[in-house]
Amino acid sequence: MRSDRGPASVKIVIGGGFGVGKTTLIGAISEIEPLATDAVMTQASLGVDDSAGLPDKTTTTVAFDFGRVTLDPWLVLYLFGTPGQERFSFLWDDLSEGALGAVVLADTRRIEDCFPALDYFESRGTPLVLAVNRFDDGTRFDLGEVREALDLTDDVPIVSCDARSRASVKQVLGAVVEVAIGQRARAI
Amino acid sequence: MTRHALPDDGPFIRPFLVTAGRTRPVQPTLRVDALISTLPAAASARLAFEAKRVADLCRSPKSVAEVATAIDVPLGVARVLIADLVAAGLVACGPAPELDLPALERIRELVHAL
Ligand SMILES: Nc1nc2c(ncn2[C@@H]2O[C@H](COP(=O)(O)OP(=O)(O)O)[C@@H](O)[C@H]2O)c(=O)[nH]1
Ligand SMILES: [Mg+2]
Repeated sequence: MRSDRGPASVKIVIGGGFGVGKTTLIGAISEIEPLATDAVMTQASLGVDDSAGLPDKTTTTVAFDFGRVTLDPWLVLYLFGTPGQERFSFLWDDLSEGALGAVVLADTRRIEDCFPALDYFESRGTPLVLAVNRFDDGTRFDLGEVREALDLTDDVPIVSCDARSRASVKQVLGAVVEVAIGQRARAI
Repeated sequence: MTRHALPDDGPFIRPFLVTAGRTRPVQPTLRVDALISTLPAAASARLAFEAKRVADLCRSPKSVAEVATAIDVPLGVARVLIADLVAAGLVACGPAPELDLPALERIRELVHAL
């Protein structure tokens, strides 16, 4: 991994619905605490007036989380959290470009919130792990049932995690690398 | 209806003064995680304020996303500033490592060792 041009970087993308624990997960393992922004153009109103000749657009700033984990002096792992709303999917493209893999976080109390992220990474063929975040409200869940509810293929592992715990996050990231290895080995 | 040919939320980069009004980098898009390192030539170069901040910052390598955060500009603006510095030979953009099997196995080891 050593290179004449300085250190190299890899990244893992963290997706999932709003409030599912993406920021918490990244913060649990990151050396830095930043929030980046990008300026984007969004449709201001749904009723576009065709006769006006110009679509009614406005500039919005969208924020995304990222984290940095130095793996060794020559390799840095970055984590990027994809903003929950699907309307920011072009930013998902940008953040996911060249990613080693992805984590989709799910909360069993509103499992459907993870569908867009799940569909997105599945369709891109990104090495993927579904991580069910444990919120301590006593809700019990069976990972097999989650798999069935999500109609997940066998090549997507489901792991249970606590996004607040560094050790737990480390396991989730390890699982993603494992999936990437499996995909790569099968491709040979 | 040609203006509806693109998905409605296309990327948009605000043309800031610091980028001399240009909205697109001259180089292909830099990955958000690409590591930028300042080259020795930057020490003697005359640089505009924002470019100088980037050059100072990347004396220890920083990702494009970190540069954007540190100088408090949107990602698109950071990309333009960095692309100009790359073109001027003042900073280098780190390689995207090839994610082959040995590289992935090494990454697995490093993640376990965290
Ligand atoms: N009990 C518990 N709370 C969590 C966990 N992960 C996140 N939270 C809390 O859930 C809320 C939303 O988390 P956040 O990381 O901001 O979600 P995001 O919108 O996906 O970034 C915060 O108040 C967190 O403290 C977890 O694993 N267990
Ligand atoms: Mg968040």
